[in-house]
Amino acid sequence: MDNREVLVDIKNLRTFFYTEDGVVPAVDGIDLSIHRGEVVGLVGESGCGKSVTALSIMRLIPNPPGKIIGGEIFFHGKDLLKKNEEEMRMIRGDKISMIFQEPMTSLNPVYTVGDQISEAITLHQKIDDVEAKRRTVEMLHLVGIPEPERRYSQYPHEMSGGMRQRVMIAMALSSNPELLISDEATTALDVTIQAQILDLMRGLQKKLGMAILIITHNLAVVAEMAETIAIAYAGKIVENASAKEIFKSPRHPYTYGLLASIPKFTEKKTNEPLPAIEGMVPSPYHMPKGCRFNPRCPFATEKCREEEPEILELTPGHLVRCFHPIES
Amino acid sequence: MATRLVEVQNLKKWFPIKGGVFGATIASVKAVDEVSFFINQGETLSLVGESGSGKTTTGRTMLKLLQPTGGKIIYKGKDITNLTPNQMRPLRRNMQIMFQDPYGSLNPRMPVGDIIQEPLDVHSIGTRKERRQAVATMMETVGLRPEYEKRYPHEFSGGQRQRIGVARALVINPELLVLDEPISALDVSIQSQIINLLQELQQRLDLTYLFIAHDLAVVRHMSDRVAVMYLGKIVETAENDELFDHPLHPYTQALLSAVPVPDPEVKRERIILQGDVPSPVNPPSGCHFRTRCPYAMPICKEQEPLVIEVAPGHTAACHLLTKK
Ligand SMILES: Nc1ncnc2c1ncn2[C@@H]1O[C@H](COP(=O)(O)OP(=O)(O)OP(=O)(O)O)[C@@H](O)[C@H]1O
Ligand SMILES: Nc1ncnc2c1ncn2[C@@H]1O[C@H](COP(=O)(O)OP(=O)(O)O)[C@@H](O)[C@H]1O
Ligand code: SF4
Ligand code: SF4
Ligand SMILES: [Mg+2]
Ligand SMILES: [Mg+2]
Repeated sequence: MDNREVLVDIKNLRTFFYTEDGVVPAVDGIDLSIHRGEVVGLVGESGCGKSVTALSIMRLIPNPPGKIIGGEIFFHGKDLLKKNEEEMRMIRGDKISMIFQEPMTSLNPVYTVGDQISEAITLHQKIDDVEAKRRTVEMLHLVGIPEPERRYSQYPHEMSGGMRQRVMIAMALSSNPELLISDEATTALDVTIQAQILDLMRGLQKKLGMAILIITHNLAVVAEMAETIAIAYAGKIVENASAKEIFKSPRHPYTYGLLASIPKFTEKKTNEPLPAIEGMVPSPYHMPKGCRFNPRCPFATEKCREEEPEILELTPGHLVRCFHPIES
Repeated sequence: MATRLVEVQNLKKWFPIKGGVFGATIASVKAVDEVSFFINQGETLSLVGESGSGKTTTGRTMLKLLQPTGGKIIYKGKDITNLTPNQMRPLRRNMQIMFQDPYGSLNPRMPVGDIIQEPLDVHSIGTRKERRQAVATMMETVGLRPEYEKRYPHEFSGGQRQRIGVARALVINPELLVLDEPISALDVSIQSQIINLLQELQQRLDLTYLFIAHDLAVVRHMSDRVAVMYLGKIVETAENDELFDHPLHPYTQALLSAVPVPDPEVKRERIILQGDVPSPVNPPSGCHFRTRCPYAMPICKEQEPLVIEVAPGHTAACHLLTKK
């Protein structure tokens, strides 16, 4: 199988939010491993716990109301959940960096983009301002921003969405991280700009060799980018396999239904209805008993309504959380 | 023979930008600039393009929710461009619009039954009892339980709110529906439910759609014909399969090639466009696309390319097509 060293190993992560309306089991059994230099896609619908997983790795869960209540996140074999805040500060933005869902909220509007990247660089590396500025211009150039010297002194609002996303990538990569987490980094962008950014990320990954965790709800984006894909549903990973396997022989009924339901860009128009998944995503305050997908699953049995399935390795490297997996 | 339900000719919508001490108009956002298309009875014309290209403004101007700056709107053979709001009233009920945002477009303080009934009240259609009956039937049609009529929008999921939007738009039996990104805000597994609903209703009620969307896979699935917009202009129009299989305009080609496909074994040739969409206040001279076009020639800067019919029903505006 994959003989690269395991970089990140998440085991049974559980992160809950304790709100006025009740307990939200946002992440309730996420298992995921990422090898050195591997591109892993984490896919799922809104609210299934993708961002909370990313924030848990970064140890940025707001507390209160959130709390990591169980599991382990090994990074180079050491559990990040056992590190103190000081140790985490050294890792965050250095060995692990993240690009957030909304670039406008993660860039400071009152500083120029150049100063923000320089500051991120000097936070982790002992270099002077002149050198930091030189490195920043180099990073801006690397992510394809034209006239990087001039752009250095611009403010975030003076840039387009795609340009800001490039700045975010430049900032995230300035420390030469071993893991880059990209949380819906291209979702808000137009397709032609999305293609630019994905192309850029692919190129930089080849060149710099970092591992990437790509978080998205867009199956097509992970099909293009990821080697390995994890499908999340209602706070749990329900299927995890190579991208090829996931698309060719999905074994979990949810993955199967999702793939069948999306219209195919390459197929001619028909008047047939799409094979839709009935019902809707459960409310986090009222998770169904047993398998969380059972109210929408065409294969659900009595057992599914009573017991929760474990995630099992059905064939080498193909993990599925289901009592009645679809035949491959 | 297909009958034309609606047609726009050289439609223009410019938004003035005021400035200076006297608030004079100093420039204009050319949101829609000389756009022409038609939609046949019962068909779906999709309008695609990047954000800010003018899709929403085109839809709203076609319905005269915005007064056009220039051009003509012809509805069922009648020029409605300069009708007054009063003269428009009887026509209004035939044309409805459904918005992108299932959260912002419903009044949060109104029970959904009243929200759906409102267009009937506005147009004074039917008796009180008939209106109530129409609402119940409509709720069933779109897959909402009629007994939910007393509930408020926040008690519904995104997909259900979008169904409320559909019910409200359809309750007065319109002929033409502008669907402005009706599924973009929905969860992936809910999108297919709404797509199916829209298609089923179209066939059942003989509806005509102007479908505005940026997800090209959905556009391919839904449309009879497709028009591609770039910076206030329609650059190419064709039948669905013709456009997707034989795109002629360099922008359409780039747009289609940029779409990621959900199959890791398909490796597609990709045209990566450089740079961003320019501002519609100061669009480039000549061809608006020339600053990003990989084939731009000197003439593209000097002359605006004309829309020409390349094959029956397939039109495009690019100098490459007239050069030969
Ligand atoms: N600060 C918070 N307080 C309370 N609940 C929260 C908080 N942050 C997240 N949640 C809840 O945790 C669950 C998972 O949220 P998360 O942000 O991880 O979703 P996601 O998979 O990233 O969705 P999206 O695709 O919409 O970004 C949701 O039910 C969400 O409402
Ligand atoms: N009321 C308005 N006033 C000024 N500019 C507007 C207004 N509405 C839209 N615009 C501008 O017109 C252009 C086209 O907008 P829009 O039709 O909303 O595009 P799309 O729907 O394709 O994203 C954009 O540049 C937008 O900012
Ligand atoms: S465990 Fe049962 S309900 Fe859950 S996905 Fe499998 S078959 Fe469906
Ligand atoms: S007219 Fe010129 S710039 Fe415009 S699309 Fe054609 S080749 Fe490109
Ligand atoms: Mg998220
Ligand atoms: Mg719009």
